[in-house]
Amino acid sequence: MAIEGKEIEKVAHLARITVTAQEINTLTIDMSNILNLVAQISDVDTQACPSMAHPMECEQRLRPDVVTQLNQRDALQAVAPATEAGLYLVPQVIAAHPKDKS
Amino acid sequence: MQWEPVIGLEVHVQLKTKSKIFSGAPTAYGASPNTQACAIDLAMPGMLPVLNQEAVNMAIKFGLATHSEISRHSVFARKNYFYPDLPKGYQISQFEAPIVGRGHLNITLSNGETRQINITRAHLEEDAGKSLHEDFQGMSGIDLNRAGTPLLEVVSEPELRSSEEAVAYLKALHALVCYLEICDGNMQEGSFRCDANVSVRPKGQTILGTRTEMKNINSFRYVEQAIEYEIARQIDVLEQGGEIIQQTRLFDPARQETRLLREKEEANDYRYFPDPDLLPLILSEAYIQQIGANLPELPEQKKQRFIQTLGLSAYDATVLTAQRELAFYYEATLAQITPQDPKLVSNWITGEVLAYLNKNSLSITQSPVSPTRLAQLLTRIQDQTISGKIAKTVLETMFSNEQSADTIIAEQGLKQITDSNALNQVIEQVIAQNPQQFEAYQQGKTQLFGYFVGQAMKLTQGKANPKQVNALMQQRLNSPN
Amino acid sequence: MFNKTLCELASALQNKELSSVELTQYFLGRIAKLNPTYNAFITIDETQALTQAKNADQRRAKNQATPLTGLPIAHKDIFCVQGMKTSCGSKMLHNFISPYDATVVKKLNDQGMVTLGKTNMDEFAMGSSNETSFYGPVANPWDTDCVPGGSSGGSAAAVAARLAPSASGTDTGGSIRQPAALCGITGLKPTYGRVSRYGMIAFASSLDQGGPMTQTAEDAALLLQGMAGFDPLDSTSIDCPVPDYMANLNVSLKGKKIGLPREYFAQGLDHDVELKIQAAIDVLRQLGAEIIDISLPNTALSVPVYYIVAPAECSSNLSRYDGVRYGYRAPEPIDLEDLYKRSRSEGFGAEVKRRIMLGTYVLSKGYYDAYYIKAQQVRNLISQDFQHAFTQVDCILSPTTPTPAFKTGAKLNDPVSMYWSDIYTIAANLAGLPAMSIPAGFAQKLPIGLQLIGQHFQEAQLLNVAHRFQQATAWHQYLPNQISE
Repeated sequence: MAIEGKEIEKVAHLARITVTAQEINTLTIDMSNILNLVAQISDVDTQACPSMAHPMECEQRLRPDVVTQLNQRDALQAVAPATEAGLYLVPQVIAAHPKDKS
Repeated sequence: MQWEPVIGLEVHVQLKTKSKIFSGAPTAYGASPNTQACAIDLAMPGMLPVLNQEAVNMAIKFGLATHSEISRHSVFARKNYFYPDLPKGYQISQFEAPIVGRGHLNITLSNGETRQINITRAHLEEDAGKSLHEDFQGMSGIDLNRAGTPLLEVVSEPELRSSEEAVAYLKALHALVCYLEICDGNMQEGSFRCDANVSVRPKGQTILGTRTEMKNINSFRYVEQAIEYEIARQIDVLEQGGEIIQQTRLFDPARQETRLLREKEEANDYRYFPDPDLLPLILSEAYIQQIGANLPELPEQKKQRFIQTLGLSAYDATVLTAQRELAFYYEATLAQITPQDPKLVSNWITGEVLAYLNKNSLSITQSPVSPTRLAQLLTRIQDQTISGKIAKTVLETMFSNEQSADTIIAEQGLKQITDSNALNQVIEQVIAQNPQQFEAYQQGKTQLFGYFVGQAMKLTQGKANPKQVNALMQQRLNSPN
Repeated sequence: MFNKTLCELASALQNKELSSVELTQYFLGRIAKLNPTYNAFITIDETQALTQAKNADQRRAKNQATPLTGLPIAHKDIFCVQGMKTSCGSKMLHNFISPYDATVVKKLNDQGMVTLGKTNMDEFAMGSSNETSFYGPVANPWDTDCVPGGSSGGSAAAVAARLAPSASGTDTGGSIRQPAALCGITGLKPTYGRVSRYGMIAFASSLDQGGPMTQTAEDAALLLQGMAGFDPLDSTSIDCPVPDYMANLNVSLKGKKIGLPREYFAQGLDHDVELKIQAAIDVLRQLGAEIIDISLPNTALSVPVYYIVAPAECSSNLSRYDGVRYGYRAPEPIDLEDLYKRSRSEGFGAEVKRRIMLGTYVLSKGYYDAYYIKAQQVRNLISQDFQHAFTQVDCILSPTTPTPAFKTGAKLNDPVSMYWSDIYTIAANLAGLPAMSIPAGFAQKLPIGLQLIGQHFQEAQLLNVAHRFQQATAWHQYLPNQISE
């Protein structure tokens, strides 16, 4: 299964990773090889087979609605690269985004 | 060409749990930035989500109240995209297997007509944080306090046909989630956010037209205006031979118009897949039934009870049950009136009380007159101490001070005159002062009756018992003298 | 002293033959001297370690010691340790001082263990050779030109070179077992859900498990006892009682049914390795075990399935590394896109980027059903193979790897070849089954491992088989020539 350079670029953008022209070349080869490897599953008969997202058949446990975490801003922002007035700083967000939160 | 608008609404209901849906951080509004964002909310390395039971219970309550299918096996999925207010780079939501399936909500329109609007689904997800676009040295500031607050996203079928229907649906949904106590309904704080999908098509056509989306509208009025504008805009475009482009638009309340939010609509590939950090949510019959047993009376039920049992009109019942707090106010007042007089209480609340509150932009919870004080006043009407007209003036005073009705009545000497002798004296006085009209009445102008009663009321500054005055006046005017 | 097992050291501490402080100083000294050769450690915190040791001694004096109190451990740098750099072998977390402890770390700290330092690993646990670490490759103590295996290469090398008597590791597709095999030590991957993943930096959430890496099965039992247990902070943590892993180590293997999956003894298995495994099987026969031929027909599919599922999950798990709240941030970003793209491209290494790309691709529109969903269905088939096998046998035996350790750099440019070397270990992760590797001899002068796979929550059984094997053999006692005082 060959993958094209254009697809590599699209995927790289989805993953927010930059790919140089050279990287596109190597990635195209590597990913095509890997996709050949994984393509083997396409022939397997899985008609009667449910998808297995977890190895054990278990149910989600529920947690009581209790506040257990109080303000830890100082400790947690000690590792932050850029903050001001308790806020995390990022380059100005001009373009609106997928969910357009107010 | 007759056009038919097609509207579908997606509402994000913020559930009023104490802690977040997947972490133990608090959800209270208005805290200092990032003081309510724990390591899990910040998506720090190695952090994992654990599901809040109350959020699940609230979703179940909603499903039961809307006669929806409640999924016995629902799955949390990751919706992957990058944005600074989304710390994990994905939102935990539900995709193919939501907790609540098809249901419906009844709406009542201004002409009295009721319609059933179908709900496609409702699912649990986490809210994102907030971006503050003010300038921090050319940067934006991110507050993640809100990240992880539980949301119930309620999706309607595209069955709404006008802005009026849309608003009626939103109000009914709003009332419902408040009644269920799963949401505080505070739209200014973002507890109830509406996205509207609008398209138009020639009347009679079954295929849907291309739709546009307007996101995060926080008031019923703006929803109405935005939808109106968008319908008109789309019809305009189509009638001029143009095409509707699928896009997201922003409603500008200042300019009263919608405009394009983004130049190019990038097709978002969210790469949904089941979240491997969470297991399937399995709900048993017993669990669901237990939640159902504890449901409060719902707006629809309460309204019907007001109509059937209390004998109120459909209109009054609708007004009183539109807001949970108003219904409670009504019931609390009614409980303190003996004998029970539902219509009396209803008239006074939907009339005088609401008029005052609206004029002063107050909500029912901010009413200066409590149900107890109001009940006392109404009791004085019932026991004839004062007339309804006098009661209005007493109520006016009660809105501006803490005094009881009795105190005001006593201080202002507003007690109704019910003594027959006194009333007869008044009547004699009126007749003496109006000989011509008396003569005219005797000659057959019986329509002057109202005039005489009015004069008697005026003479007593409204304090005469109107019924008695009527009866005594009848007697006097019709007896030979 | 360096050759004393964890259990022997525990006795020594209990008998007051030496103090934890002395023991800790001893190992810190070895690390200072020998780590430069192997590069097994990323961070060593002597002050912190000695403080913990002192506390352990005080606790012992008050008669409040547990079996693990005062014993040193090296933690794979994937476990968050409060106040300590936790890098996950990556430039992305090069500056990350964790504000919290992983549950595993907390549990062991509460029992009084002493953290010597954080061990080197393949970046974000992605790799089978410990060559992708930002902190440089780890050398195999048996032959420093060879890889130690990965991703828990640092932990394996640390135990093999006796720089620490015990270490923690994580295993997603073999990352405890394979380096254990290549370094001649014992490593156990518990049942999925047995050990908490809270604070254990996620690679592939439905496959990751933390576990012990030690000299012997007995040591592994002791350490696993301290690590295992339900954690309410991890939704995938399973709430079932932890048995006493030490209690049944010596039970006779008479009548124990051990399955040999024929697909694991086929083409691709190095001949020398096969010979050694056959010899090991003979030992088990002599110990009373019944050796039964079984089939795991979908074995070959486990590599393709894994290389869809694991990258898919990791591509999403690694989205949080964006330079905003912690970790590497590209300097002077011109806009948001630039911040994300440069921070991630500069912060992640090539293998990590490759897997993120692959994972993003298999989840994307148009490919999700063909790849991801299909893979999860085949995963079910693979799991069913094991369940069927366990109706016939008590546990399954195989080589851990097809070959002994390869030379550093040999497979770096051929990812697919690297991926195929995980063929024997991957299936246990897909099925969530416990599995361990123990030393079983040498091939071409390098150690090789024997793998045991059990039914869910049968760690005690695996440890029993392994322990009995180790009582009858001496492979686990061999030391690399270069190791010295």
